[in-house]
Amino acid sequence: MAKIPLHFILNGEERAEFVDSGATLLRLLRDKTGDLTAKSGCLQGTCGTCTVLVDGAPRLSCITLAEDCDGADVETVAGLAAHGQLHPLQHAVMEHFAAQCGFCTPGMLMAAKALFLTNPRPSREDVVEALSGNICRCTGYEPIIQAVLSAAQVMSASGPGAA
Amino acid sequence: MEIRKKYFADERNDDLKEIGQSRQRSDALGHVKGITPFYADRAIPGLLHIRMVRSPHHHARILGIDASRAERHPGVRRVITARDVPHNVYTVLSLINIGPEDEPVLAFDKVRWQGEPIVCIVADSERAAYEAAQLVQIAYEELPAVFDVEEALKPGAPLVNEYHGQNYYRYDSGESRKVILGDVEKGFAEADFILEQRYQASPIEQAPTETTGCVVVPDQNNRFTCYTGTQAVFFTLDNSSVILQVPGQQLHFVGGTAGGGFGGKVDCTTEPIAILASMLTGRPVSYIYNRYEEMQISSPRAAERIYLKDGVMKDGRIVARQVRCYVDSGAYSRHTPYGTQKAAAHFPGPYTIPNVRIDCYCVYTNRTPSSAMRGFGVTIGDFALEVQMDKLARLIGMDPLEFRFVNAYRDGDMKAHHQPTEGAALIECMQEAAEWADWPVDPRCMAMSSREPRRQP
Amino acid sequence: MGLSYRRFEKVSAATSFLTEEAGACVVGGGTLLVRRVNEGDAAVTTYVRVCDPEMKRIDEADGRIRLGALVTMAQLLGHPGLQWLAPAARIVGGPAIRSAATVGGNLFAASPYGDFGVALLALGAVVTVHGAVGVEEWPLAEFFARRDSLPAGLIVTSVAFTRPEAGTFRFVKASRVKPKGAAIVSIAAVIARDAGRVGAARIAFGAMAGTPIRASSFERALIGEQLITATLDRLEPHVTEGTTPPSDAIASAWYRQAVLPVHLRRLLLPEIDG
Ligand SMILES: Cc1cc2nc3c(=O)[nH]c(=O)nc-3n(C[C@H](O)[C@H](O)[C@H](O)COP(=O)(O)OP(=O)(O)OC[C@H]3O[C@@H](n4cnc5c(N)ncnc54)[C@H](O)[C@@H]3O)c2cc1C
Ligand code: FES
Ligand code: FES
Repeated sequence: MAKIPLHFILNGEERAEFVDSGATLLRLLRDKTGDLTAKSGCLQGTCGTCTVLVDGAPRLSCITLAEDCDGADVETVAGLAAHGQLHPLQHAVMEHFAAQCGFCTPGMLMAAKALFLTNPRPSREDVVEALSGNICRCTGYEPIIQAVLSAAQVMSASGPGAA
Repeated sequence: MEIRKKYFADERNDDLKEIGQSRQRSDALGHVKGITPFYADRAIPGLLHIRMVRSPHHHARILGIDASRAERHPGVRRVITARDVPHNVYTVLSLINIGPEDEPVLAFDKVRWQGEPIVCIVADSERAAYEAAQLVQIAYEELPAVFDVEEALKPGAPLVNEYHGQNYYRYDSGESRKVILGDVEKGFAEADFILEQRYQASPIEQAPTETTGCVVVPDQNNRFTCYTGTQAVFFTLDNSSVILQVPGQQLHFVGGTAGGGFGGKVDCTTEPIAILASMLTGRPVSYIYNRYEEMQISSPRAAERIYLKDGVMKDGRIVARQVRCYVDSGAYSRHTPYGTQKAAAHFPGPYTIPNVRIDCYCVYTNRTPSSAMRGFGVTIGDFALEVQMDKLARLIGMDPLEFRFVNAYRDGDMKAHHQPTEGAALIECMQEAAEWADWPVDPRCMAMSSREPRRQP
Repeated sequence: MGLSYRRFEKVSAATSFLTEEAGACVVGGGTLLVRRVNEGDAAVTTYVRVCDPEMKRIDEADGRIRLGALVTMAQLLGHPGLQWLAPAARIVGGPAIRSAATVGGNLFAASPYGDFGVALLALGAVVTVHGAVGVEEWPLAEFFARRDSLPAGLIVTSVAFTRPEAGTFRFVKASRVKPKGAAIVSIAAVIARDAGRVGAARIAFGAMAGTPIRASSFERALIGEQLITATLDRLEPHVTEGTTPPSDAIASAWYRQAVLPVHLRRLLLPEIDG
């Protein structure tokens, strides 16, 4: 398989890696950059554990081709805690017991972050919609919904630009 | 969270320090940072990948296996068949002296369920392994298959598993696990009403978000580290050491972090093969179920069919209960003889019934082997029992909760298993639940206590 | 064998490559194609990415709307002039699926997927295809009829339809999981009224056959009728005519046919049943 050079931004840092032609973004992240935060739960686009942001939009990295991300801005959970400070979403997930086994958590966090980028004051319905592509088999969802709503509140109280 | 202290107040010391307190999970920080190390979360250079060639048939004789094209396929490092497995017997329950050795790790003479593993491909990439898997040619002679527990027990049904010689697990008590108290026939004769019903449930997949799997890294000195999502680390280590015929100290298992399990990750299906592949290639190897395998190949909670026959009096007392429960083990035993035994132990539910007869059968069919899942052998039975309780209440025109108060077991009552009841608290739970749910029940029920014997009618 | 990715600026170059290489497939959002490869389908050997900017555009001129084949569901949802079409775009997968899933790819989705194609069918869309023989325009119904035996190298570049009169487009999808779930059935309708009666009707069903289909018999029967309960009671036998729904994990064929008239009624008479 041909090795293809790619340039992209990962959590604000410039990166250059070689990938196997036809590889997915998930493989690029996990095998090449050492960022293991995006999980592989199904490789079918159905579970959402591999959710990352590509140019600000939520994407399922398991079905996104790495070569389509040449030049893209990619964000993962590894970039969520800025300067060692947990993101309000991370705090809220801890406080609301919204992570049990934790396997869905990175995907949930990125899906929620994507929501906040377009809708900083989401309703409960908005949150449910934003998380609808992410499966959690442990929590029953309610704690996650509560965590996202409470993070939104914290963030809008601390002013715009907090995301 | 709140602890209701009005019940059994004289029995409690109220010196609980942790119970009733909210405490952060110890792994929460790792979870939200995405750095909790699940088994696949290790960057391992030179990792090889396994894909399994599986039976497309429910029941067939294997006439021949030709893997030569797969062996020559670019990127393939090794093809493993039954011949390469030192002790080709899948041993889960034999470790605790229950299980029959009725299942091969890799099938060789026969396949007994659709999806049974036959040939293991070890390759440089998932892609190469998938490609090679399609090049393996296996000749089969298809055999008649049986998918229904009661069909399987009929004379003339296809024999699923020769090890057993019949399509059920033979307990020391015979063809079923039995529990007998009193005389059910006498009880039915006395009863005002009799209700017989059939209940059944399909197999239930645990469906964890992280699929079953492991990654094996060879260490120096012929030692192998196995990173695994198993819920049963030491059990799996012991099984692997028996299957591979190597002393346990050659195997180092790292586990305890499962991306969801729900009982579905106790079958040690991936570890022995992945370690063997690592031994044969000298390379790190990963064997990770894809989502299809997780849903179709990993053992589900067993399907069950349950017949309940109850004799009940107009005043609400159940005087006889007969249970026939057929648990679908699939083609092999795995944990199901044990699950069936649990079912027998769990019937007739938390009720005091003087005449009980329980027969629980562990039945072999040509379906995916079933195994553990939270409360296996119990949850489906509970569903059947409690639906039956509602139907009985309706039959005699009694409130369903009051009906349960009448029959709830109390301290000193003889259970069907010939053990006197101790520490009963069902009545108190129902009293609390009735208050919370605002479900009015007769004051007579609210005055009951688990510690007072039932008044004889 | 192995796997690779090829990028083409020109549709024609991609077409010739696709014709020559049997394992090559055009990739849109990849939500179906990459998934297939991930699950071990080794028949796909090359992803073909067409980078023609035209294929990513949404245009409107003289009441005619043109959607490039690579326009995503998310892009449609963000387009101010197409909010009336949002109900059909919003129910395709979750947000991350929608930021990848394309209009062109949706036309290839097997039942029970292909919801957006159902909407396009009711809109009377025309598909522009590029193939070995050149550029052609096919009515969408014809495209669906030929879909499973298309010549190699065929690329859908756009779909076009006339903007329907405000308030005449309706869409509903019934699924077992909300807000995201594969269709039990999806229904799109464009109904024009003429003096209180149905003047013209285009109604399409998803998950009621291998591809989206038109409810031809029911449409014909509806012309000139009043949209009231009594009409729908009378015309109910026409609703399932010509449907051959799949039985899958979502619903059985029997169930789909049984509930189709119910959902159709709710869509057509929201005042009464909605
Ligand atoms: C979790 C999940 C949920 C989903 N939910 C829904 C849903 O609710 N409703 C629904 O309708 N669909 C759903 N889908 C299916 C799919 O996402 C959509 O149908 C989507 O629109 C397909 O488009 P794509 O661009 O991703 O197609 P791709 O995967 O890129 O392509 C699909 C097929 O079409 C071919 N193709 C793509 N574009 C072209 C073109 N321009 N010319 C020629 N051939 C082309 C490809 O070669 C391939 O064979 C879901 C999928 C997933 C994984
Ligand atoms: S791993 Fe990508 S959606 Fe499940
Ligand atoms: S916490 Fe386990 S899947 Fe969500």
